[in-house]
Amino acid sequence: MNMQFRSGPQQDNASAIKTAIADCDIHPARATASELYPFLAKRWHEHLEVYGKQAYQGMMGGPPYPKAQPNASRRDAYPPEGGPQGSSLSFMQKQLLDPHNVALGVLNPLNTGQGIRNHDLSAALATAINDWQIEKWTSKDSRLKGSIVVANEDGPAAAAEIRKRAGDKNFVQVLLLSRNVEPLGQRRYWPIYEAAQDIGLPVGVHAFGFGGNPITASGWPSYYIEEMVGHSQCQQTALASIVLEGVLEKFPKLKMVMIEAGFGWAPSLAWRLDKVWQKLRSEVPHVKRPPSEYIKDHIWWTTQPMEDPERREHLFQVIEWVGWDKLLFATDYPHWDFDEPSRVLPAGVSDDNREAFYLGNAKKLYGIA
Amino acid sequence: MTAPIAGGVDCDLHPAVPHLTSLLPYMNDYWRDQVTTRGMTDLLSQSYPANSPITGRADWRPAKGKPGESVDDLVKHALDPFGASFGILNPIYGVQLVFSEDMADAFCRALNDWLVKEWLDKDARLRGSIVIPVQSVEKSVAEIERCAKDKRFVQVLMLVAGDMPLGKRHYWPIYAACERLGLPVGIHAGSNYHNPPTSVGWGSYHIEDYVAQAQAFQTQLTSLIVEGVFAKYPNLKMVMLESGFTWLPAYLWRLHKFWRGVRMETPWVDRAPAEIVRSNIRFSLQPVDAPPDSETLNRLFDQLQSDELILFSTDYPHWQFDGDSALPAGLSSDLVRKIMIDNPHATYARLKDPVAKETTP
Repeated sequence: MNMQFRSGPQQDNASAIKTAIADCDIHPARATASELYPFLAKRWHEHLEVYGKQAYQGMMGGPPYPKAQPNASRRDAYPPEGGPQGSSLSFMQKQLLDPHNVALGVLNPLNTGQGIRNHDLSAALATAINDWQIEKWTSKDSRLKGSIVVANEDGPAAAAEIRKRAGDKNFVQVLLLSRNVEPLGQRRYWPIYEAAQDIGLPVGVHAFGFGGNPITASGWPSYYIEEMVGHSQCQQTALASIVLEGVLEKFPKLKMVMIEAGFGWAPSLAWRLDKVWQKLRSEVPHVKRPPSEYIKDHIWWTTQPMEDPERREHLFQVIEWVGWDKLLFATDYPHWDFDEPSRVLPAGVSDDNREAFYLGNAKKLYGIA
Repeated sequence: MTAPIAGGVDCDLHPAVPHLTSLLPYMNDYWRDQVTTRGMTDLLSQSYPANSPITGRADWRPAKGKPGESVDDLVKHALDPFGASFGILNPIYGVQLVFSEDMADAFCRALNDWLVKEWLDKDARLRGSIVIPVQSVEKSVAEIERCAKDKRFVQVLMLVAGDMPLGKRHYWPIYAACERLGLPVGIHAGSNYHNPPTSVGWGSYHIEDYVAQAQAFQTQLTSLIVEGVFAKYPNLKMVMLESGFTWLPAYLWRLHKFWRGVRMETPWVDRAPAEIVRSNIRFSLQPVDAPPDSETLNRLFDQLQSDELILFSTDYPHWQFDGDSALPAGLSSDLVRKIMIDNPHATYARLKDPVAKETTP
């Protein structure tokens, strides 16, 4: 985070990053609202100007819970030429990619067409944002790779967009958000998983999104911090749904990445799933193995916001369960809770694990030589 | 397993209401008539389908009726085998699911009176939780005040998933009454299904609902902490019942990190979340969501950084463990004493009070 009041205990700043890293969660922004227009049919320009994007939440512009900072982004990340944080390639290069030695940067565009109620508009925006990623980012800097944004509530349209990008080296994953109209294991999302498996790309599930469901099982809370912390509970229930609906049994080659939702909860969730499955498995005969096995085999985790216990051995205990080969370093640039690469990992990690954590796992998962 | 010690407190026992008609003697004429003429059926919540393996352990199920229906069975299966000196009864019955506050009020009064007559009067070790009509804060406070005169009521009971997050100011008069009367608030697994049972919508299966209880507890802890309930009511204790607890360390790491980042939003939260948990929040032992090896479990207790958080429970008749293994393997004798005796007594102040029989007005 760039707003820490004190540095965490036992952090070893001498372990600065000198070698190349992968940043698996970068948020590219549009400089202006009309920046997507060249990639959208004219009817949608008019539609957007008259009706806007109506999401599964009430505000026409801006989030339902005001962020802690403008655009939830670092105040030092405004590009000198103007526009919001994350909207300039040259400034991203200068502030993030070059100084932190980012060899692979995975783009996860937010505020696109996901989570909006007009599914035709959602599909048009998804295609536009994918073309825009190529035009503005990946074709201009070979370190950057895109995520295929899809109309999340329209399975067939989403699958068509995924198949259209098959073999396109500009993209390394399919992007979903954790909060949707239904839990992510539901059948309406299966065409997305099928298409992703077919073209050999992982599905990244980034925290956030709108689906009309309150962010707690007890209704809407009051504060932004509750939404932020709550993303991890949403991710847990979304992952439970994916496992218990049998998605990973149906699509055995599917790989998934849990993005920006933490990983510290993974062991406890898996233990709970296993324990309850032992007792209730007759209800879900399609779940053939203990749930923890699906999680261990199919799930990768981005690191930011990095779990930050007081004692580093507690962090290592969690990672031991998750697997050093399953973590993907991420900064979340340009968001305010940016994780500084030289500070996230405490001392006491072997060179091999350190390399896997910062770069090797990402290259392998995303098929980057 | 670890052997239990005598004199413990079982903090989560579930007496079953045989049928809605069992409460008729405790209703007034109007509600007796409503139940009868409208043909109301038994108030069974989807959180615990009667025949689900979780709802009743196979060897604890009676030949006929609901598991947990009989005092004798509860004594034989739960109190005696673990040598408990007290057992706290938390009735889980669908009275919270109804939408009318008047109906909820009538049913809660009946349920609480039923608990006194059919359970508390029958074994001196039994203590009760006051079930409240959360549909109305005013009526909830009145019911708490009515029942609290009987010192055998040691707690107020709410469900983890209801209409609103529990930290909301709307509920604070309930917490004020509880603090004033020395009653902890027990928050039990289960939803009133007025919202989808998970934070990402309706799943397909009972197993999903049950797994999602743990996430519902996490969001409620966030709400209770950041709304400032414990800054306002520093002596209020809350007990998370059938919540699991192995999620707590990682949950607190995340909450702490964000609290450091955005505490300007809730400036009244003037202590770290983990400190608030240690002073005001407790968790029942069962279910233990961890593999059955003592090394993992002791690592988790180390991550909790406190031996005062966990209160012994069997969760009878729910199926959480087999045989007599209510205490997971590998707990030290000091920790067993804390969990079974010291922690519950430090939480439930009313356990010390001498009780006169049949003191409910």
